[in-house]
Amino acid sequence: MILTAVLLAVLGLGLVGWYAARGRARLLYTGRGSMHSMPGYHGWHVALWILVPALLVWGVWQAIMPGLVGGVVLASPAAQALPADPFLAGSILAEAHAIAADPSAVAFNPEAQALAEPIREAQTRFSLIGAAIVLLAAFAGGAYGFTRVRPDFQARTHVERAVLAVLLAASLLAILTTFGIVASLVFEAGLFFKDVSPIAFLTGTHWSPASAGGDNLSDKFGAVPLFWGTIYIGAIIAMVVAIPLGLMSAIYLTQYASARIRRWIKPMLEILAGIPTVVYGYFAALTVAPMIRDFAASVGVNNPSTESALAAGLVMGVMIIPFVSSMADDALAAVPRAMSDGSLALGATRSETIKKVLLPAALPGIVAGVMLAISRAIGETMIVVMAAGAAARLTADPFASMTTVTYQIVQLLTGDQEFNSPKTLSAFALGLVLFVVTLILNIVALRVVKRFREAYE
Amino acid sequence: MTEAKITARNVDVFYGQKKAINDVSIDIDNGIVTAFIGPSGCGKSTFLRTLNRMNDTIAGARVDGQILLDGEDIYAPSMDSVALRARVGMVFQKPNPFPKSIYENIAYGPRIHGLANSKSDMDGIVERALSKAGLWDEVKDRLTDAGTALSGGQQQRLCIARAIAVSPEVILMDEPCSALDPIATARIEELIDELKESFAIVIVTHSMQQAARVSQRTAFFHLGSLVEYGETDQIFTNPRETRTKDYITGRYG
Repeated sequence: MILTAVLLAVLGLGLVGWYAARGRARLLYTGRGSMHSMPGYHGWHVALWILVPALLVWGVWQAIMPGLVGGVVLASPAAQALPADPFLAGSILAEAHAIAADPSAVAFNPEAQALAEPIREAQTRFSLIGAAIVLLAAFAGGAYGFTRVRPDFQARTHVERAVLAVLLAASLLAILTTFGIVASLVFEAGLFFKDVSPIAFLTGTHWSPASAGGDNLSDKFGAVPLFWGTIYIGAIIAMVVAIPLGLMSAIYLTQYASARIRRWIKPMLEILAGIPTVVYGYFAALTVAPMIRDFAASVGVNNPSTESALAAGLVMGVMIIPFVSSMADDALAAVPRAMSDGSLALGATRSETIKKVLLPAALPGIVAGVMLAISRAIGETMIVVMAAGAAARLTADPFASMTTVTYQIVQLLTGDQEFNSPKTLSAFALGLVLFVVTLILNIVALRVVKRFREAYE
Repeated sequence: MTEAKITARNVDVFYGQKKAINDVSIDIDNGIVTAFIGPSGCGKSTFLRTLNRMNDTIAGARVDGQILLDGEDIYAPSMDSVALRARVGMVFQKPNPFPKSIYENIAYGPRIHGLANSKSDMDGIVERALSKAGLWDEVKDRLTDAGTALSGGQQQRLCIARAIAVSPEVILMDEPCSALDPIATARIEELIDELKESFAIVIVTHSMQQAARVSQRTAFFHLGSLVEYGETDQIFTNPRETRTKDYITGRYG
């Protein structure tokens, strides 16, 4: 509460500092060339000096305050009643924190009720201390900045540097988040691999995490059926649909369509790419899957399942079409016109030119596009959750229900969770495998695209 | 008097609403080199492209008037523009070999038109085309190398060989030396001089010296019209039109 108010106060101070510094600079300004920087820059310079140190201190305080509060609370007399078991003590402390935040809550443990008051006290105390430090930082920064409002001070250069720092921080944040995700995946997967050998995980063919328990854990976490399901649906069935259709539409759009038709068809294809995957998911589950079941029954499959790899794969393929099409479109458009002119001038027809000159020349770009499409398809979740089924089995029967890595991750992490069990941790191992595979596909594809571009520049 | 190889009468070319060529009539003969000269944007390249209907590949381009190849109207509905381009070959401004081997670059056209019955037939076609283009000795030991790995001048001779390989009657050259250095240019010019024995050659060029060196007849285009057409010697020494005279003496362009 207090700290939030302080935050607003700091922002207000920044505004005041901006006005004050600008006003002072205006007084110093006596005409063109009399100051290095315009008054507005002095305003920004002072505002930054108020905001940046104060906000940094605020952030640090937010991070260390729970520790300080915890230390004081544990030292209080009420904490002596806490049980020795760290797990129990932790849950009581958590409850006490909840009561401290919301006085209307009813305590389940009497110890928690007793701790709530010391917690509240400690929080108030440390919040006030924090607020004081933050405001001090704001004032100190502002005062330092203000002393530099002089005609020869290069406020403009300093603000420029601050802009650079903000932009750099923004881009670093995205990268750091990625690293954080990877680190958490690796860490949790590491815990999993303590219980289950990686070799058993990557090569085992029996997947039944629900029944996992006891000693022979490694037998229950053979992920090969999951990998197979993922590849079969995402990289085989979906690509059988997406590659020919995407490629042909790209050829039509780049080589045959008039400008008017292109103007109509391209946005429509892009709409296909904008449909939320969950919509594809129920289209697959409610429309396509029953049709496929009926078809399977009519060709004599015994008791076909409603959920099938084929339904999920087909719809996923349709979803990927615009992706393949736009990559192939780029690749074909990157082949210089001189190439097709040369072929046409030799008396080749348009389709001969496409088949023998354009496609071979654009092939690296197309292959890269397909790899990116595969990496999207195997990471796709909603469609397989809704249409592919949950059975982890190794079969090439497209009418059978099948499961994928993404589907299992959803299964393992939703519903009643018990963390630190191999069952839950296996989701991280699966995520890690998926991440590594899509990363490799992406890197290779981008390299190929880059080399291909260079070839024509 | 022998009949002209190509006879154009009252040809207009439009790009959409814009008229790019205005009422051009010209006769192009066999066995000689005809040069089209004129300032940039005068329509010489556009007119060249009407002779093998390459303008068909540009959306919105339209050709009026009549162009006869051996007395046959090449814009008649019965004329197959694809087959026409096998008879009227073309070499472009920038060398544009296909991203294939040297051998495959030459074999591409003959293969499409079914000119070879066997591998040895094809080998013969490739060797003859490369020899005629003066490239055989330089590449005979590396026919499987990429065509794009050759030098610029060699690439252009490869493109000429590629055009020759389908045995055309006419070869159109659209500023074939503008991307080449003087030495490579000289080699191409020698080559053009040899090739005129076998083909009618039409060359578009920016360089008046080149037109004077390689051609027997010169046509001067300006603002989409054919200003003057005659023997090259006459055009360069005694032009009839003041506009021609101004151009070749460097008054404009």
